[in-house]
Amino acid sequence: MQYTVTENRALTAQVFRLTLMGDTRTFTHPGQFAQVQVPGFYLRRPLSVYDWQPAEAGSMTLVYKVLGEGTRALAGIPKGAVLDVLPGLGNGFQPELAQAAKAKAPLLIGGGIGTPPLYGLCKALLRDGQTPAVVLGFGTAEEVILQDDFAALGVPVYVTTLDGSAGRKGFVTDAAETLAGSFDYVYTCGPEPMLKAVYGLCQRHDVDGQFSFEERMACGFGACMGCSCHTKYGSKRICKDGPVLLKEEIIW
Amino acid sequence: MVDTRVTLSGIELSNPVIPASGTFGFGQEFRDYYDINILGTFSFKGTTGEERFGNDTPRIAECTAGMLNAVGLQNPGVEHVITHELPQLATFFHKPVMANVNGFSIEEYVRVAAMLDAQPAVGWLEVNISCPNVHGGGMAFGTSAENAAAVTRAVKAATHKPVYVKLSPNVTDIVSIAKACEDAGADGLSLINTLLGMRISLRTQKPILANTMGGFSGPAIFPIALRMVYQVARAVKVPVIGMGGVTTAEDVLEMMLAGATAVQVGAANLVNPLACKEIIEALPQAMEKYGIQTLTDIFGGAWK
Ligand SMILES: Cc1cc2nc3c(=O)[nH]c(=O)nc-3n(C[C@H](O)[C@H](O)[C@H](O)COP(=O)(O)OP(=O)(O)OC[C@H]3O[C@@H](n4cnc5c(N)ncnc54)[C@H](O)[C@@H]3O)c2cc1C
Ligand SMILES: Cc1cc2nc3c(=O)[nH]c(=O)nc-3n(C[C@H](O)[C@H](O)[C@H](O)COP(=O)(O)O)c2cc1C
Ligand code: FES
Repeated sequence: MQYTVTENRALTAQVFRLTLMGDTRTFTHPGQFAQVQVPGFYLRRPLSVYDWQPAEAGSMTLVYKVLGEGTRALAGIPKGAVLDVLPGLGNGFQPELAQAAKAKAPLLIGGGIGTPPLYGLCKALLRDGQTPAVVLGFGTAEEVILQDDFAALGVPVYVTTLDGSAGRKGFVTDAAETLAGSFDYVYTCGPEPMLKAVYGLCQRHDVDGQFSFEERMACGFGACMGCSCHTKYGSKRICKDGPVLLKEEIIW
Repeated sequence: MVDTRVTLSGIELSNPVIPASGTFGFGQEFRDYYDINILGTFSFKGTTGEERFGNDTPRIAECTAGMLNAVGLQNPGVEHVITHELPQLATFFHKPVMANVNGFSIEEYVRVAAMLDAQPAVGWLEVNISCPNVHGGGMAFGTSAENAAAVTRAVKAATHKPVYVKLSPNVTDIVSIAKACEDAGADGLSLINTLLGMRISLRTQKPILANTMGGFSGPAIFPIALRMVYQVARAVKVPVIGMGGVTTAEDVLEMMLAGATAVQVGAANLVNPLACKEIIEALPQAMEKYGIQTLTDIFGGAWK
C-alpha cells in the first residue's frame, strides 16, 4: 500500500520521526508495527507505530534510529515522496487483557529506540482511565528522545542514562526499583538484555506484564517462519503472534 | 481473450502461477490480502514426519536483490497438517493443493507421502530433496543421482498422486540428477530450490545467520534458475515447474520459454503479499504485448 511522507525529520543525530499519510485502518493496538519498503532494498524494515490516526486517509508516525544502510537511506527520503508500507502488523500491546485491565498504575519501561511504541500505549492507557508512569533509558543525554512527548501527556517521566549525563545514572531497572510498590503492571520494549532485567524486576515484585521483542524478519505477516521463538505455549512467530509476549509465556 | 491455462499431470490450472513452498505457509496469512482461489494452486510449507522448530534465529538475512533464509523446515508435522491445516484450508481454498514432502530418511519421505496421498485436497506431491538448511537430510538426497532416484522410487511406490521431485541447484550437474529422477518414475520436476549462501555482519564480524549458511533466493537468482530450467526441461520428457527469482509476469513468460510448464513464486510473496495476484493480473496484458494467444504455445520456445 502506498503512503505519502508528510514529515521525516531528525529528533537527534541518529533518530528520525517519519509521518505517513494513507490508509491506517488496520492498526488496532499500540505496539503494532509497519513493514516499510525502503527504495533499493529487498526486504522491508519493521518499525513500530509511535502513534496513528485511524482512517482511510489517516496518518501514522514512526520513530526510527539510523542503524545500518536501510535506515540511513530512509533518513534521506524527502517530504512528498511515496513509500510502500504494510501497516497494522503484529498483536501489539493488549491493555484489554484481564490482568492488564485490572491494573490502575502501570509502569511503561522503554530502552533506547524501544521507547516509541510506548507513546501510543500511554495515550490508550490514559483513555482507559489508568494512571501510567514512564521510565526511559538511554546511553547518554544526546540520545534522549520523546521525554517531552510523554511529559506533555501529563504522566511522570523518569529518565536514566548509562553515563549519568541526563536523569538518573544507571539502568531503567535501577529507576524502576525505586518506584516498586507504586506500579501494578509493566509494559516494556527495548533491547533484549533490558527486557530480561525488567523480567527479573517483575519476578522480584510479583508484577505481571507485557514485553515487546525484536527479531530479523522477512515477511512480517506470518508466512515465512523466519522469526520464530520458543514460548511456554509452544513456538510463536514474533511478527504475527508477537511482537508482544505476555510475561507468563516467556522462557528465560 | 488470451488463454492462460496450463496442465500439470492431468490437473488443469487456470494459470501457471503457484506460490512456492515455505513462502505461503498453509495459505492462511494471505487471506487478508486477496482471495487465493485466483492462484493456479500453491505448494504448502515443507512437511516432515514429526513437528520441527527449525534452526535458531536469526534465520533471515538480506542481500542485493534477494534474501537468505535458514528456517530449517519449521513445520507442525504431517499429522497436524492433516488434522488441522488441511481442514482449515478447505474452508477458503477450493482447488487441489501441492503437498511439499520432506524427510530425513527414505522411510520418513515414504510415511509423509503415504499420509498425504490419502488426502483428497492434495493434487500433487512435491518431494523436496533439496533443502539446504537442515543437517543430515534433505539436500543430502538431492546432491547424488542415486539417492535422488532412490527417494523418487520409494515415494512413487507409496502414492497414486503425481510426484514432482524438487531439485537442488547446489550440484555440479543438475541434468544428470533430473534424469535419474525421471528414470525412477518422477511425474515431473520442480526447480530450483535455494542456492547455499551466507552473509557476515561487519558490526559483529560474525555470520548473520545463526546457522552460518542459508538458502539464497529472490530476483538475484533468476538467471541461474532460468538456465537450469532450460537445461533440465530440454533433457527430460516430464513437465518442469520453474522457479527462482520470479517476480513479474514477464519472468513467468521467460520461464515458460525456457521450458517450464508452470512457474512458482517464492520470496516475492514475502516482500509483497500481493505478488502472485499482481503477476496473475498482469499476465494477459504481458501475453498480448508479445503476441501470445495461448500460453502453452510458448513452452520451450527458446530451445531452437
Ligand atoms: C517488531 C519490530 C519493531 C521495531 N520497531 C522499531 C522502531 O520503532 N524504531 C526503530 O528504529 N527500529 C525498530 N526496529 C528495529 C528495526 O527494524 C531495525 O533497526 C532496522 O530494520 C535496521 O535496518 P537497517 O537497514 O538500518 O540495518 P541493516 O543491518 O543494514 O539491515 C539488514 C537487515 O537486517 C534487518 N535488521 C537489522 N537490525 C534489526 C533489528 N534490530 N531488528 C530487526 N531486523 C533488523 C533489517 O531489517 C534488514 O533486513 C523494530 C524491529 C522489529 C522486529
Ligand atoms: C523462507 C523460505 C522458506 C522455504 N521453505 C521451503 C520448504 O519448506 N520446502 C521447499 O521445497 N522449498 C522451500 N523454499 C524454497 C522455495 O520454495 C523456492 O524454491 C526458492 O525460494 C526459489 O524461489 P524464489 O527465488 O522465488 O524464492 C523456501 C524458501 C524461502 C525463501
Ligand atoms: S517474518 Fe515471516 S513469519 Fe515472521
